[in-house]
Amino acid sequence: MNAGLGDAADIAGILASLIVVAAMLIWVERRLLAVWQDRLGPNRVGPLGLMQVVADMIKMFFKEDWIPPFADKAVFVLAPTIVFITMLTGFAVVPFAPGVGIIDFNFGLLYFLAMSSLSVYSVVLAGYASGNKYSLLGGLRAAAQTVSYEVFMGISIMGVVMLAGTFNLREIVEAQRGGWFIIPQFLGFIIFLIAVVAESRRTPLDLPEAEQELVAGFHTEYSGMKFGMFFVGEYLAITLSSAMIVTLFFGGWLGPWLPPLLWFCLKTAVGIMFFILLRGSLPRPRYDQLMAFGWKVLLPAALVNLLATGAVVLSLQG
Amino acid sequence: MALTLFYITSAVAIFATVMMITRLNAVHGLLYLILSLLAVGVLFFLLGAHFAAVLEVIIYAGAIMVLFVFVIMMLNQGQRTIDQEQAWLKPGTWIGPTLLALILFAEMLVIVMSGDRADTGYIVNAKQVGTVLYGPYLLAVELASMLLLAGLVGAYHLAKPILIPRGHKFRLSGQAAQLSFKLRKPGRNV
Repeated sequence: MNAGLGDAADIAGILASLIVVAAMLIWVERRLLAVWQDRLGPNRVGPLGLMQVVADMIKMFFKEDWIPPFADKAVFVLAPTIVFITMLTGFAVVPFAPGVGIIDFNFGLLYFLAMSSLSVYSVVLAGYASGNKYSLLGGLRAAAQTVSYEVFMGISIMGVVMLAGTFNLREIVEAQRGGWFIIPQFLGFIIFLIAVVAESRRTPLDLPEAEQELVAGFHTEYSGMKFGMFFVGEYLAITLSSAMIVTLFFGGWLGPWLPPLLWFCLKTAVGIMFFILLRGSLPRPRYDQLMAFGWKVLLPAALVNLLATGAVVLSLQG
Repeated sequence: MALTLFYITSAVAIFATVMMITRLNAVHGLLYLILSLLAVGVLFFLLGAHFAAVLEVIIYAGAIMVLFVFVIMMLNQGQRTIDQEQAWLKPGTWIGPTLLALILFAEMLVIVMSGDRADTGYIVNAKQVGTVLYGPYLLAVELASMLLLAGLVGAYHLAKPILIPRGHKFRLSGQAAQLSFKLRKPGRNV
């Protein structure tokens, strides 16, 4: 690991802006979905409805924080914090711009994979600790879905690692000066995108919390700020996922004219909006379809991508 | 500084492991086990093995332990399992193993304290183990792997759903009958 980039001001700034972004996404998502569906969306509170976030937060803080008597109390309280903490710590390796970031870690990509696999516990433990059949089913689905999709997520980005020759995210960005990796790694990009949606449990792959089938799945019993943690954790996951997609496939901070940090934020914002558009436009598959698609289509495709990239890299070198 | 961090992390790892063994609720035990694995990951990191540290978190804490939690969730244990665990944790059960473990610990202390002078016989290093395993004992290694494969095929065979044709009079026969017999026999948790 190289010397730390971030002093206390860096860390505080990144943390504060992340929390603000995650909170603002509550409003952005509702407003954008409304625009795409020919509605107005929340536009009453403050200019353009921007204060809706504040109203939502006040509501959430003042709701009764209910722990069911049949729940496993310690685990029930622990579960929502895990997704929040793992997603926030995941941002430690994100290369925002040259000189802006928290650490410059040589295995940054693997660190991201580790954090995203640890965030599974949040959902699984929430499902178990609620002591409720629907929650348990949601937790089981979440465990199976995320453990499966993690496999192809890891394999799909190995093509990028081969092309860049490093796990260091900053060096991966620098390696894209000649051209973004989305062009040689288009298949890898598609697989990574699907895997990331499945990992962050967003619609259309939100089977662990499918309302029509499981009430609200793993967070059926959650209320108040504990529910808020899951909610904000999901937005943090989207932000982290778009940041990673931008870093790995869209050249990170690279871009003409504008300052690097602005490029990074713009690209990430487009990524986040794409996630929201996905939610507004695609139906949810059945659970067995999801698992079969993962193991029978995505895994072979990821392996083919890995082999082809390896062959091309070797032949170009030799 | 690094040494202090190392000892703090080791203390966390040992404490988490002890808590893991003494928890009555299996899920709480698993949570401590995950914590212990994370502490080991931090230890690797402090020793400069960054790659091993990240792999420890991805593979053990992130993948294998999720499967453990998955299985324990499906078993749906209740008060009964907790009572059973309580019975196993009685001091009487632990005296024997603890005494024997203490003897081993004392022996280890003696060996470590006496340094090279201890009469520990010929020392075999990792390289020699590798050469011998894939040299003269290759057949044994291959046979062991065949055994594991047989276990895998057997597990697949046993887990296969038993299909009963429509309209068939419900009567279990052959393998299915044996299975249901096995399931009913002990009768403790069923």
